[in-house]
Amino acid sequence: MRPTRMPTDSDAAAPLLELHELRTVFPLGQGRVLKAVDGVSFTLLAGRTLCIVGESGSGKSITARSIMQIVGPPGRIAGGEIIYRPYPGRAPIDIARLHPRGTVMRAIRGRDIAMIFQEPMTSLSPIHRIGWQIGEPLLAHRLADRKAAHQQAIELLRQVEIPNPETAVDRYPFEFSGGMRQRAMIAMALACGPKILIADEPTTALDVTTQAEVLRLLTRLQHEDGLALLFITHDMGVVAQIADDVLVMHQGQIVEHGPVERIFHDPQHPYTQRLLDASKKLGMAAPPARPVVIAQQPLLQVRGVTLTYPVQTSLFRRPQVPPPAVRDVSFDLYEGENLGIVGESGSGKTSLGNCLIRILQPGTGQILYRRHDGTDMDLVALDRQALRQVHREIRMVFQDPFASLNPRMTVARVIGEPLLVNGVLSGPALSQRVAELLAQVGLPRDAGQRYPHAFSGGQRQRIVIARALALNPRLIIADEATSALDVTLRGQILDLLLELQRSRGLSFVLISHDLGVIRYFCNRIAVMYRGEIVEIGGADEICFNPRQPYTQALLAAVPEADPRRRNLLHAA
Amino acid sequence: MSSTTADIENGPAEPLPIATASEARLFWIRFCRHRLAVVGLAVTLLLYLIAIFAEPIAPFDPNHSSARLVYHPPQAIHWLDNGSLRPYVLAFRLQRDPVTLAATYVPDPHRKVYLGLWVKGDRYDLWGLFPGDHHLFGPVDARQPVFLFGADRLGRDMLSRIVYGARASLSIGIVGVTCSLLLGIVFGGISGYFGGRIDWAVQRVIEFIISLPTIPIWLALAAALPKRWSPLTTYFCITLIISLIGWTELARVVRGRFLAIRSETYVTAAWLDGCSQPRIIFRHMLPSLTSHIIASVTLAIPLMILAETALSFLGIGLQPPAISWGALLKEAQDVNSLAEAPWLLLPGVAVAITVLALNFLGDGLRDAADPHAH
Repeated sequence: MRPTRMPTDSDAAAPLLELHELRTVFPLGQGRVLKAVDGVSFTLLAGRTLCIVGESGSGKSITARSIMQIVGPPGRIAGGEIIYRPYPGRAPIDIARLHPRGTVMRAIRGRDIAMIFQEPMTSLSPIHRIGWQIGEPLLAHRLADRKAAHQQAIELLRQVEIPNPETAVDRYPFEFSGGMRQRAMIAMALACGPKILIADEPTTALDVTTQAEVLRLLTRLQHEDGLALLFITHDMGVVAQIADDVLVMHQGQIVEHGPVERIFHDPQHPYTQRLLDASKKLGMAAPPARPVVIAQQPLLQVRGVTLTYPVQTSLFRRPQVPPPAVRDVSFDLYEGENLGIVGESGSGKTSLGNCLIRILQPGTGQILYRRHDGTDMDLVALDRQALRQVHREIRMVFQDPFASLNPRMTVARVIGEPLLVNGVLSGPALSQRVAELLAQVGLPRDAGQRYPHAFSGGQRQRIVIARALALNPRLIIADEATSALDVTLRGQILDLLLELQRSRGLSFVLISHDLGVIRYFCNRIAVMYRGEIVEIGGADEICFNPRQPYTQALLAAVPEADPRRRNLLHAA
Repeated sequence: MSSTTADIENGPAEPLPIATASEARLFWIRFCRHRLAVVGLAVTLLLYLIAIFAEPIAPFDPNHSSARLVYHPPQAIHWLDNGSLRPYVLAFRLQRDPVTLAATYVPDPHRKVYLGLWVKGDRYDLWGLFPGDHHLFGPVDARQPVFLFGADRLGRDMLSRIVYGARASLSIGIVGVTCSLLLGIVFGGISGYFGGRIDWAVQRVIEFIISLPTIPIWLALAAALPKRWSPLTTYFCITLIISLIGWTELARVVRGRFLAIRSETYVTAAWLDGCSQPRIIFRHMLPSLTSHIIASVTLAIPLMILAETALSFLGIGLQPPAISWGALLKEAQDVNSLAEAPWLLLPGVAVAITVLALNFLGDGLRDAADPHAH
């Protein structure tokens, strides 16, 4: 592995792609346009990595798509230049002036400039073999015949470190895991030996350990082939790990541009500073904000909970019994405490959360819930009617703030619904209470009259929290409550939850894949792997002194938001 | 791409102090963007108005026959008379070819029949209740015949017959779809909400019904209706027969939507809020379904109308003296009479316009209901 690269020999590298004042717009009707990309200029150099970083809606993806000329209609390039210089001495080509479906553009696309997308699940065709898909760009650009393309596909799969490439080449995408699919995508992008590789959030949909592997692979390939890599991400940690140069975008414009060292250690623009502060706040080195727990009274005692999803019955196939999604899980949750459940996708953490609130019915085990009067009751054995009572005290905050609000109800009705159906309040008293709740989660008073679609993701999550608070609960289960939000909003939402906890004596179970979020928020952490809790303990103990190898691997894969400490690329 | 939609949504909302557009209002805004659908809506409303007020709108009694006016050709309206706005048509004279004895109509330039609005004409009972004798338009002199769409083999006014036919044809669409909708929502809703074995059973029944060959079943059922039944009874039986087959598609749509919405997080959230099952179904799920149901209903009406037309055309639907577009088209089955009087096909044009208008309307409603589908 190469050492940390310092931006010294930049004038030696040849500029491959130059953007001058690129503008890409989306017409909104009635003569108005949305300027998705508004006067962006930068230069891509061979052998170097340029990271575009920004929050959702900043125009970073549209910039990349403009270079490939694949901005979907009605979007179009309205001005500026995209100068591509194939070889020194050859005439440069202005991509912005090419027709998106013309022969020149099609010759460049895939052969000279290749792209990797975010979703490895949807960017591969499910009905074609992996090898066929990797070989297709070679055939399309007439660089190989069918047989040679097949051989080349095997070679490419070997390069992207897929085991047994000779057999893997004839498999279908559904037989690959997410990380393998993303490797296959990379192999496909590299098939024609491109000079420029554009990667649009290539690791966002992957688990943190897989992300580290894919990042290592990308930097190795880039280094070997001298590619210019344009890497788009919202994750400052990833930027710090792989970038040579960084471009910070905000609302379609570049707010700051410079070498990674300077951006991270001497940011000039307030927006960059805000972005860095937000990601540092949830970083592994930051001081946590978790509450002080005094009471040592267990609120929830989970004992041997196991959940197996029902067997898919089919006429023609012998039923296969799947492994349990949650296997023999036991833990205690103390009053006023925040417990974090962390794990990769498929580890059963969401299933466990759904068992705790009985959206799912565990097959075996006990969940003892301590009521106000000090008696325990087993949530697993409750009937519908008793469950309604418990649901007043245990509430849930969901991951997707867009799907968890009924689009046809005003915000006031959404928040008032639990109060109304439980017969707690009605009429003017209800409106009064809703207004109080809106104020508590930091939303304006008139927000109640509006419909959920009028709010941004962060505001919607505040509405969901207000609904969860309406019945004065004792425990809130937050399932990935911040992962759909931008990094600056994540900290805000976590701080809001902590503030509410201080004033109301709540307890939280926070389910997340993000160790930074968990460490910031939780007193204790339970690490889940394949349906089991492999390690549980105090937050700092888990984060700085993990015992289990799996926890250690998980921690090692968290990218540090500091270009001076590139932990991912140096790891074995 | 999805990242930019947030900006688009927020962008135009900013100039307004508070954007409080309800879902229904947004639905209407999206619908109005679909120009063709707005035209479809206007045409559909116009057609249904004509069907409702058929008696005063038709210029003549549709059953008023005249042996001297058999296959009278359409007359063109002349709007200006000596420079002033005074619409009239030229009367036609019957001539016989002295050799072949074939009858031909020739316009007589000296005999003008003046037309007027809201003129006295044939007596009628509006909806069988209110007697009247004024028509929206017609000849000023009630004794003069005027055939804007020509006459049929008994010398009856085609325009009046088409207007009256709209009543049967269009209402069969509405009534048939209402029956289908009731069956569809009940069975589709049960199937989609409960799932499991019930869903399996309902789906197999639906598949069985769909697998039945439609036209022979219609033919058999319609042929089984006794001839001596009154036109009204026959009409309701035909409607029932058509909708008995038609409900399956609607049931599938409703089931699909229920299944999709059942797994939405906000439905889970409503359950966790403590909502009862009926409240979840009627307050949380059904409102999201209505627009889809309206759209698929609108798309189902033309099928009903076409089915009625087909049955009546084959002579086993509505029987004369009942008037429907299909029954009118039956007259055009004969090639000879068609060669002599091509205007007998005009009811077909009415069917085509209606079906197109309803399809455009349905497409617009569906797109407005589900803006993310494309």
